[in-house]
Amino acid sequence: MKSERRAALLFLAPALVLLTVFFFAPVVAGFALSLTDFDLYTIGDPHNIRLVGFDNYRELIGSSIFWTSFVNTMYFALVGGPLTVAVSLAAALLINAKAARFKALFRTVYFAPVVTTLVAVSIVFKYIYHPRFGMLNRALDTLGLPQPDWLGNPKLAMLAIIILAVWKGFGYTMIIFVAGLQQIPEELYEAARLDGAGAWKQFRHVTLPLLAPTFLFVGIVVAIGQLQIFAEPYVMTRGGPLNKTVTMVMLMYEQGFKFWKMGYAAAVAFVLFLVIGAATLVQLKMQEKR
Amino acid sequence: MTRLRWLAIALLVLSCGTRDRGRAGVERIEFWGLGREGEVVAEMIPDFEKRHPEIDVVVQQIPWTAAHEKLLTAHVGNASPDVAQMGNTWIPEFAAMNALDDLNPFVAQSKTLDARDYFPGIWATNVVGGALYGVPWYVDTRVLFYRSDILAAVGYPNGPRTWAEFAEASRRILAEKRCRFAILMPTNEWEPPVVLAMSNGSTLLTPDGTRGAFRQPQFANAFAYYIDLFHRGYAPSVSNAQIANLYQQFAQGEFAMYITGPWNVGEFRRRLPADMQDKWATAPVPARDAQTPSVSMAGGSSLVVFRASLHKEAARKLIEFLSEPAQQVRFFEVTGDLPARRSAWTAPALVAEPRFPAFRTQLESVRPLPQVPEWEQIATAIYDRGEAAARGTTSVAAAVAELDHRADLLLEKRRWIVSRKRGRS
Repeated sequence: MKSERRAALLFLAPALVLLTVFFFAPVVAGFALSLTDFDLYTIGDPHNIRLVGFDNYRELIGSSIFWTSFVNTMYFALVGGPLTVAVSLAAALLINAKAARFKALFRTVYFAPVVTTLVAVSIVFKYIYHPRFGMLNRALDTLGLPQPDWLGNPKLAMLAIIILAVWKGFGYTMIIFVAGLQQIPEELYEAARLDGAGAWKQFRHVTLPLLAPTFLFVGIVVAIGQLQIFAEPYVMTRGGPLNKTVTMVMLMYEQGFKFWKMGYAAAVAFVLFLVIGAATLVQLKMQEKR
Repeated sequence: MTRLRWLAIALLVLSCGTRDRGRAGVERIEFWGLGREGEVVAEMIPDFEKRHPEIDVVVQQIPWTAAHEKLLTAHVGNASPDVAQMGNTWIPEFAAMNALDDLNPFVAQSKTLDARDYFPGIWATNVVGGALYGVPWYVDTRVLFYRSDILAAVGYPNGPRTWAEFAEASRRILAEKRCRFAILMPTNEWEPPVVLAMSNGSTLLTPDGTRGAFRQPQFANAFAYYIDLFHRGYAPSVSNAQIANLYQQFAQGEFAMYITGPWNVGEFRRRLPADMQDKWATAPVPARDAQTPSVSMAGGSSLVVFRASLHKEAARKLIEFLSEPAQQVRFFEVTGDLPARRSAWTAPALVAEPRFPAFRTQLESVRPLPQVPEWEQIATAIYDRGEAAARGTTSVAAAVAELDHRADLLLEKRRWIVSRKRGRS
């Protein structure tokens, strides 16, 4: 018994050591950092540091830019997340449909945006969205529709970024959905058809329940990805107009690496960590209920 | 087995070769150049090495977008270069980190460096608490770029010289429908309101740099004037991100005036169509009135020596070399960066371009931005509140009060350090 335990520990040791060195220790150090006012002055003279308790968190919660970034991030995740899932599921169903032709081609085409470089694509979309010379507004012009200033209008900027993010990301989750769909045994559909189920009922009572584990995985992966949005607004709007596209990671980056307020940036990181943890927990709970 | 051993020997030989080129008695120094300047300086190094065969310079080119972070982390990680190019607004930050070497003794004994040959406002950006942390390499400031055909048509062929003329020219441009807008001042740039405030005598922060001075009339009135240009429709409230092709829009008459820096002289020459080339000019930024001078901000890059360097003597020799008027001229010819030394301004290429005299005039009356590490964050707040006021979501009075509030919060640590130092001495 004892030797078994030792053996188990021995086998676990490499993983535990790596986790401790590269995960637990930095997390603890990061948390400790978030309780200080570590900044530029501290680097110049180590005496220039004060233990400030939860002041960084208090300051964070009291600052309007934090709440702006929180609301923006949530808006992005709550609109962009479900939209990504819906679009990728629809694409997966189309690709997986028996009647579909050129499946490999479409799979590649839909997946292509995933492998493009995010920064390059963001720059291209910046041009597409240009109010006067952009492709999108040129197209709207020919159709006689109003041409909004996509990235300049505070009400539309985040939406424009969501469209880019969905386009860029849905291919990845689509592939996971395709894999999930292919694991559903054909017999179940056959049985459902014999019982008189139409296409909608087959989807509702066979496809959806059997895709549940895939949904959970996709939901969590998408939520984590969406809550960490950074590059798209960083390239396209730099957080503007009127801070409508400042996200939590952007706030952390600016405070940490631009202004070198490491204590404050660590606090932002911890709050984001809690938000992502909460989002994951909610999804797990929802799954349990079903 | 033998093959492996040969491989190991080969690797060993190779690694020795890269670490030390085998030249005995040669001192190696590392220079970090930023962006295009880093590329160009690499071409100038062979001449330096010919003159100083005992020094071997390794140039590292760092992109501008990553430069600030890289220099900071290099210092924190004890991996700083011996000598580097640095934006002169970053110097207070690195001085606070105690990262840079005081160059005062070096300049005092140098035979080729002469502080009087430099623009005083630019030189001042390198002095923090009496210590000299950098030698200006090239300079940068903001002036007014304008469409000379349009400004001539509304009665200001040499550009507006005062705030009143600036507003009147804008009014006429719109009234006579010569452009869609009169002025372009992107709302995510803090430089235009800051330059206007400096012209109005504002110091932006209190003299010891521990509190904001934004509610003082020098700043508040200039800010009100700036916001008014948006409210009257003279300037569009757009950010840089929304301007896809500035040069095309300038050529098409979207706007007739633009406050920007020397790099745009080259860009305007390259990117504006040929028939536009005799229709644009530069002038010093408008002064508050005919009695006050036109004041702009002191920008540009300096050459600094890191305190941790073990080769300070060699590093200083490189600075002396790059500061020679002949090298300054050569550097200007390749990069278009304006020389820091007055004696380099006689270069034919500088004299030939009619858009440079405005810069030359302006450079005599530039002032450093507040020399506190927190300045960039405070500057961010300025354009943030400026954008809000321009769009009408806040009033000018509320905006300047908020600016003081934010500056005071950001400067809290500085106040603590300053008061602690006073207590000690």
